[in-house]
Amino acid sequence: MKAIRKTLIATSTLCAATSVAAADLEVTHWWTSGGEAAAVSELAKAFDDTEHNWVDGAIAGSGGTARPIIISRILGGDPMGATQLNHGRQAEELIEAGLLTDLTELAEQEGWRDIVNPPSLLDACTYEGRIYCAPVNIHSAQWLWLSHSAYEQAGLDVPANWAEFVTAAPKLEEAGIVPLAMGQQGWQQNLAFGTLQIAIAGVDAWRKVLVDKDAEVAAGPEYAKVFQAAADARELARSSNVQDWNLATNMVITGKAGGQIMGDWAQGEFQIAGQVAGTDYTCLPGLGVNEILDTGGDAFYFPVIEDDDIKAAQLELASLIVSPKVQVAFNLKKGSLPVRGDIDLSTANDCMQKGLQILAKGNVLPSGDMNLSADTQTQIEDLMAEFWTSDMSAADAQERYASIVASAD
Amino acid sequence: MESARKPLSVFKNLSAKIASVPMILTALVVFVGGTAWTVLHSFTGSRLLPKLKFVGFDQYERLWSTRRWLVSIENLAIYGVCSLILTLSIGFFLAALLDRKIRGEAVFRTIFLYPFALSFVVTGLAWQWILNPDFGIQNTVRSLGWQSFTFDPLNNPDIVIFGILIAGLWQGTGLIMVIMLAGLRGIDEDIWKATRVDGIPTWKTYIRVIIPMMRPVFITALVLIASGIIKLYDLVVAQTNGGPGIASEVPAKYVINYMFRAQNLGQGFAASTMMLVSVIIILVPWAYLEFGGKKRD
Repeated sequence: MKAIRKTLIATSTLCAATSVAAADLEVTHWWTSGGEAAAVSELAKAFDDTEHNWVDGAIAGSGGTARPIIISRILGGDPMGATQLNHGRQAEELIEAGLLTDLTELAEQEGWRDIVNPPSLLDACTYEGRIYCAPVNIHSAQWLWLSHSAYEQAGLDVPANWAEFVTAAPKLEEAGIVPLAMGQQGWQQNLAFGTLQIAIAGVDAWRKVLVDKDAEVAAGPEYAKVFQAAADARELARSSNVQDWNLATNMVITGKAGGQIMGDWAQGEFQIAGQVAGTDYTCLPGLGVNEILDTGGDAFYFPVIEDDDIKAAQLELASLIVSPKVQVAFNLKKGSLPVRGDIDLSTANDCMQKGLQILAKGNVLPSGDMNLSADTQTQIEDLMAEFWTSDMSAADAQERYASIVASAD
Repeated sequence: MESARKPLSVFKNLSAKIASVPMILTALVVFVGGTAWTVLHSFTGSRLLPKLKFVGFDQYERLWSTRRWLVSIENLAIYGVCSLILTLSIGFFLAALLDRKIRGEAVFRTIFLYPFALSFVVTGLAWQWILNPDFGIQNTVRSLGWQSFTFDPLNNPDIVIFGILIAGLWQGTGLIMVIMLAGLRGIDEDIWKATRVDGIPTWKTYIRVIIPMMRPVFITALVLIASGIIKLYDLVVAQTNGGPGIASEVPAKYVINYMFRAQNLGQGFAASTMMLVSVIIILVPWAYLEFGGKKRD
C-alpha cells in the first residue's frame, strides 16, 4: 500500500509540476441539471474572482455515474483539485488511505464548529477527529411536490398531506393525470421509500432501523405499514415511465402528474421554469405528516496534491465554500439549504423558508449516506428497483429488506 | 553427443522466442496473475480498496443469495442459449442463401454485415427507440390500423431479455454469416458435383456433407459468439440499463456495479470469479474432447 501511495504521490507531483499556471484548480461535480448548473456557476464565479482559476469538470449523469469516475481518478493517481461528494461514508476509505487533504487547521481557524448548523454536517466530514471536507449545502429528501394545475384540472383542492394525496389519486386518474410521477431508477424509488418510512413509521422506528440497524423493527408491524404504503404508491406511479428525476419533475411542472416525491433539489427546476411556490406548486416537507428533514447534502473533498500553489488554491476554495456570500448565492440558485444558520436568506422562496424553519427548530435526521455504506445502499436500491417495477408483495419486500438491514455494516 | 545437442534446441528459432517473450510475460502477469489476484481477493472483505482481510466464502454465500445475481444468471442463460442457436442457424442460413450464386451478392453481404460496424452502445440506443411503444414498432403498426397491437418488450419485465436478444442478433449475425460464407466457399466444387451425381437433395447435402466439413469454421464462430455472450454488458447498459427494475441485469453489470458503485470489491471479485468458473466449466470438457481427441489420431 505504501509503495502504491508513494507512486501516486510521485505521479501527482509530476502532473502538478508540469502545469504552468499552478493555481488552475480542476473541480469535478455532477451538477448538470438547470438549477444545479446555475448554482455551480455562482461558486465558480466567486472562485475566479480570487487569483485562482476554476477549471470545470462536470460529469454528466447522477452521482451513481460520477462517483466511480471520481474515486477511480483519485485512486489511480490522477486526482482533481477538488471534488464534490456526498459527505458521509463514501470517502471513508480514501481518508484511511491518506488520499484526501486534512482541512482541520483551516476549519479551526475559521471556527467551522461554531458556524456550521446542524453540527452533524461537520461530523459527517470528520474522521477520527480530523476534518476532511467542506460542506456546501444541505439537501433533504423528504419532500412532496404538488402541481396546482393538475389538481385544478381534476377540480380538486391541493392535498395537504400524504393521506389526502392518496385519496385524491383516483380523481386525478379519471382526468387523465398520473397521480405520482416517478423516475424509473433505483435511487429515486429508494428515495421515495425512505421518505415514506419517516412519514409513516415515524422517527423512532426509523432511527432503530437505519441508525441502529435493528432488523426486528424492520420486520415489524410499523414497517409493514410502510411497505403497504409503498405498494400503494407503486400503483399510483404505474403509468409514469420516465427515467431521470428532472423529467419526472417536469411532469409535475407541466401538470401531467399530480405530485412527485423528490428531494429539495427539485425546487431549482420549478424556479427555472418560472413557477412560484404557493401559487403554481406546493411543497410538503415530510409529506405533510412528519415535518422533519434529513441533512444529507454535498461537500467538497480535496485530494492530496504535492504542489504548494494548488494546496493554497484548495484551502482558498474550501474557505470560500463556507463563506456567507457564496452560501447565499449558491443555495438560492440551487434551492438547497445553507450549511450555516447565521446568514440572511429572506429572499428565499416559500419552500426554502419552510425548510429553514424546520432546520432552525432542529428537526433533523442524519442522511442515508451517513448511516449506510454504499454497499448496503446499493442492495436496498436493487430491492427497490425490483419492487417498484414488479408485482412483488409488500410482505416479500419487507422480509428481504429486513435481511439486508440485518447484514448491514 | 546427446547432451551436447540439448542446449542447442533452446537456441533454435532464437529470434522467434525472443519476439514472443513480451506476449508470454503479458499472458502470465496480466492474465494469469490478474486472475489469481482477483480470485484471492474474492475471499476477502475488501471494500473500496483491496485488503487481505479474509472472510472465507462469505462473499460467495451472499452472492448466491442475492436476487439480482440470480436474475442476472438466468438472463445470461436465456440470452446465451438463444443467441448461440439463433446466431449460428441464421448466420448459416443467410450464408447458404448467398452461396447459391444469387445476383447482387455483394449488396446483400454488405447490408447484412453493416450492423456489425456499429458499436453495442449505438445498437442498444437504436433498438431502444425502435422498441419504444410510443414511437417505435408498436406505434407504427397501430397507426396502420391495428389498434390492439402490443409490442413493448423493453417495458415488460418478463420478456425484456428478448428485446435485448433481438438487438444482439441484429448486430452479431452478419459477422457469423460472413465467416460461414468463407467456409462454404472453401468447400471443393467437386463435392457438390459428386452429390449431384448421386442425386442427393441440396438440403441433405448441406446437413450431411457440408456442415460436417465446416467443423473448424463452426468452432471459430462458436468461440466468437460465446465470448460475446459472456461479456454482454454495454448493450444492456445502453438499451435498458438493467430495467425495468432488475429484469434485464446481466452478470458483467453486477460485477461493475458492485466493484465501483457499491464500493464492495470483494463482492465484485466473487461475482467475476463465478463468471470465470462458468467459462471454465464449459471450456474444459470441450478442450478435452478437442485436444484429447487429436493425440489419439
